[in-house]
Amino acid sequence: MLTLTDILQTIEMIDRQHLDIRTITMGISLCDCADESSKKAAKKIYDKITRCAENLVSTGEAIEREYGIPIVNKRIAVTPMAIVAASCKDGDITDYAFALDNAAKECGVNFIGGYSALVHKGMTEADKRLIESIPQVLSQTNLVCSSVNVATTKAGINMDAVALMGSVIKKTAELTADRDSLGCAKLVVFANAVEDNPFMAGAFHGVGEPECVINVGVSGPGVVKAALQECKGKSFDVVAETIKKTAFRITRMGQLVAMEASQRLNVPFGVVDLSLAPTPARGDSVAEILEEIGVEYAGAHGTTAALAMLNDAVKKGGVMASSHVGGLSGAFIPVSEDEGMIRAAKAGALTIDKLEAMTCVCSVGLDMIAVPGDTPASTLAAIIADEAAIGVINNKTTAVRIIPAVGKKVGDIIELGGLLGSAPIMPVNSYSSERFAARGGRIPAPMHSLKN
Amino acid sequence: MRAIVTVIGHDRTGIIAEISMLLFKAGVNILDINQTVMQEFFTMTMLVDTKDATISFEELSKRLADKGEEMKLNIRIQREDIFNAMHRI
Repeated sequence: MLTLTDILQTIEMIDRQHLDIRTITMGISLCDCADESSKKAAKKIYDKITRCAENLVSTGEAIEREYGIPIVNKRIAVTPMAIVAASCKDGDITDYAFALDNAAKECGVNFIGGYSALVHKGMTEADKRLIESIPQVLSQTNLVCSSVNVATTKAGINMDAVALMGSVIKKTAELTADRDSLGCAKLVVFANAVEDNPFMAGAFHGVGEPECVINVGVSGPGVVKAALQECKGKSFDVVAETIKKTAFRITRMGQLVAMEASQRLNVPFGVVDLSLAPTPARGDSVAEILEEIGVEYAGAHGTTAALAMLNDAVKKGGVMASSHVGGLSGAFIPVSEDEGMIRAAKAGALTIDKLEAMTCVCSVGLDMIAVPGDTPASTLAAIIADEAAIGVINNKTTAVRIIPAVGKKVGDIIELGGLLGSAPIMPVNSYSSERFAARGGRIPAPMHSLKN
Repeated sequence: MRAIVTVIGHDRTGIIAEISMLLFKAGVNILDINQTVMQEFFTMTMLVDTKDATISFEELSKRLADKGEEMKLNIRIQREDIFNAMHRI
């Protein structure tokens, strides 16, 4: 029998500590929607998505009501669009993006991910066309998210794609300059991208995935912080144990919701993603966990070690709570979406260099970082290359979601709205990486990729 | 289906009576009641069975929330599974 304490603890987590299911993401394969005509393909895409995800939002809302747990986002991830569009001989590749946007609106989801290309070793004609269309697509659609994988541990780093992405990010910022360069918040450049990530902007439905699948992302930085407040002055052994136990509870909730959604929608369950995902709400912050562990601000010395322990303990606690763990599974450190990170950046405690170090030990990468609008494309490319190198060498996913906010300089703030939050413009290293970015070619795969 | 009704708020007369009546009218069976006063807050949890309920879970949830508003209490109903998932292996 449940005790009063158990019940009240769960309710307290939901009411006061912002515990929620961050997202139920339905992955849908669009491989069967390829067509030589872009108009015909677009129609097939719209029809398939609206058919598969017709009940996604209403089912999510019903689960929220019955279990009393908020499910913040309902989302869709689709096959990387460059694959679906590869056979298109005529017309405009943006037709595919508008089909995605319209289908997402019709289904009532928050975002749709998969306007993507996987180019870690090289670009097909379709990959190139898609990447070049990203700025236009992100400026003219509302719900479409885009991602490009430029590196893997197995293939090395495609430096031609890295250089191209520097320009694409720049152009996306310019085309959405009237909205604080919001387009860049919907664009992720990955190394070692995963096929079942439920989180945006980087979700896509990989080619190894089934026809349709349900992946769930949990959250709960506020719950971890509240648990750690009971451990003041205690050793790291106690801190790690406390995080593990909390992560276990959070993940069990995610698993329950995932199984329930899967059963009601009659779609197979894929994975639970064990990420600690912050929101701009006060008390729902990964940075505040780090502060609770003992650094004055996120970014102070000790932050990397604290984050490494946090990330590891979340996995250890979560892995037993779910039958299938996947996606990104780690603590997120997006600057604009985390109240404590914003505070630390404003105070000058948190720099891009420190964030880069932090990405070595957690998921996912340099995330939601605003930089001056006059940052050259070559510098953006070099930032991507550095981050990709961390991913490739350490056999982990890394990513860059950076916003060179047009017309803004260090000290300014951009407002992105909603869960995307607001971001202080952070300084970048002002020395040139022009010649580095211009070289092109591929950085070879590291020695430890040769495992066979 | 088993669910947990939670009532939190300032203590007053008739809380259990009113909520039990609401549940009775909806055909919901009360299996267990646990109640305490913590720091002046009345806290009650009821384990209920809704299998013979005459109204939908959603309607029941709404009626309880409305009753909560009327009595200035926080009243909610959640499926029992969520608590079991979190606290039982």
